[in-house]
Amino acid sequence: MAEAVVAAARRPGELADVPPRNRTVEGLRGYGLIVAMWVRSTMTYRTSFLLSTFGNAAITLLDFVAIWIMFSHVDVLGGFALPEIALLYGSASASLGLADLLLGNTDRIGVRIRDGSLDTMLVRPVPVLAQVAADRFALRRVGRIAQGLAVLVWAVSELDVDWTAGKVWLMPVMVVAGAAIFGAVMVAGAAFQFVAGDAAEVQNSFTYGGNTMLQYPPTVFGKDLLRGVTFVVPLAFVNWLPALYVLGRPDPLGLPGWVAFLSPLVAVVVFVPASLVWRAGLRSYRSTGS
Amino acid sequence: MARRAWLYPAVAAGGFRRYATYGTATAAGVFTNTVFGFILAYTYIALWDERPGLGGYDQAQALTFVWVSQSLLAAGALIGGGFQEEMQERIRTGDIAVDLYRPADLQMWWLAADLGRAGFQLLGRGVVPLLAGALAFELALPVDPVRWLLFLVSVLLALVVSFGIRYLLGLAAFWLMDGTGINLMAVVVTIFCSGMLLPLTVFPGGFGEIVRVLPWAAMIQVPLDVLMGVHFGAGGAVRALGFQAGWAFVLLGTGRLLQSAATRKVVVQGG
Repeated sequence: MAEAVVAAARRPGELADVPPRNRTVEGLRGYGLIVAMWVRSTMTYRTSFLLSTFGNAAITLLDFVAIWIMFSHVDVLGGFALPEIALLYGSASASLGLADLLLGNTDRIGVRIRDGSLDTMLVRPVPVLAQVAADRFALRRVGRIAQGLAVLVWAVSELDVDWTAGKVWLMPVMVVAGAAIFGAVMVAGAAFQFVAGDAAEVQNSFTYGGNTMLQYPPTVFGKDLLRGVTFVVPLAFVNWLPALYVLGRPDPLGLPGWVAFLSPLVAVVVFVPASLVWRAGLRSYRSTGS
Repeated sequence: MARRAWLYPAVAAGGFRRYATYGTATAAGVFTNTVFGFILAYTYIALWDERPGLGGYDQAQALTFVWVSQSLLAAGALIGGGFQEEMQERIRTGDIAVDLYRPADLQMWWLAADLGRAGFQLLGRGVVPLLAGALAFELALPVDPVRWLLFLVSVLLALVVSFGIRYLLGLAAFWLMDGTGINLMAVVVTIFCSGMLLPLTVFPGGFGEIVRVLPWAAMIQVPLDVLMGVHFGAGGAVRALGFQAGWAFVLLGTGRLLQSAATRKVVVQGG
């Protein structure tokens, strides 16, 4: 039923004045328009916006304050000093912040499935994923990115690293590829909600939970957990593996050093199953009825 | 009067049932609390390996802190998910006028509904993560039933203190219209000052002394200390519960004052 409605909405005759576009361009344009709308609407309550941007940075900064309080009692944690942990913390935080800004509200799809408002998205001539990602776009999330990058810069200034071209290259690549990996997890999590219903929190345990885990050195965690986040849900490629290479430390699982450079490839690879799952989920959607 | 006595338990039961219908969301929440419990437990083990006895807890007590606080998060709505967003929305849209017109007290109405919600989440999202933690790690859970009873009283008081603060946030919508910013700031303070991040006894110096007497300490830190029988001394459970009850009283009283100021502001638009 829903697909028929979409098909009807896309009949060429009805949209004669709109030149045919490629779906990606169409998606990006729709995404941009929805984002602009939400930004304008957020700016209506400017005090609230400023408070929440600040709050967003502060809320994530607290994780770092917790680590800092831990280091008021100890010199190393899992064998890592504070600036080394700051490198992990800053990169994970910036990556998640970026993914959260661009795709974070995909977890609202569970609510939209439950209340039936997803149907209105199906009849609009913009890819549903673009609409879901831009839904209630929250500009305040730049707070987390800024704060993560600030800690990252501090870490780099404190660390005694022998910078090679490879290590310099890894720094921005780690943040962007990390964001892409988190993004793929978000899309897969959103697709999961077509099956499970309102299960936004499952998605959150992989994104926010993963982020919390990646803020600490891998040496803190059990080997089984490390295998899981390296080979099953490859969160270790968000920052652990590149950061271990930058810090000149061995991987606890004994992987060779060059895997540090695989993050962009891993990001591309995880997007394939994520987008397939998303399409399967969307096809299986049958609305809530009335 | 007899009908009044039945009203608030009925509202609470409604709150309980309402959340009981969100089966999938509850299961997802249990999963999340368990995942976070594992991550935090590993970091605490690393910390307590370096500094045994930190904050007055041994490692088993520190791990108990992690898992019991994961069990209390949803019930206390410490990181959102309570009633105040709904209340703010009703204030923004003007539906609050209908609530004020009801023959029930506004504050007691929301308190009853929130306790019903909390009751469900204590069972639905509290028990399983704690069991998972107890199976995977060695925890310092008491066997004395009296201590568990005291803990439950302490949890109830923690819920009322949490409600007291969130009711003030809800009322703030009468002046601010949009609650997003202030809610987020409140979550920031709650995460930091409740003991969710780290036990408050680990916080250094004078700063630590301040956070331990603020109302947020009543939400996680105090129930945990009551459960494990530490930091409040031998007859200390009474002192701990008194601390919570004191804050509950102050916060509910402030809410009442603010409520009467706020309701004088209400202008009911005809339509």
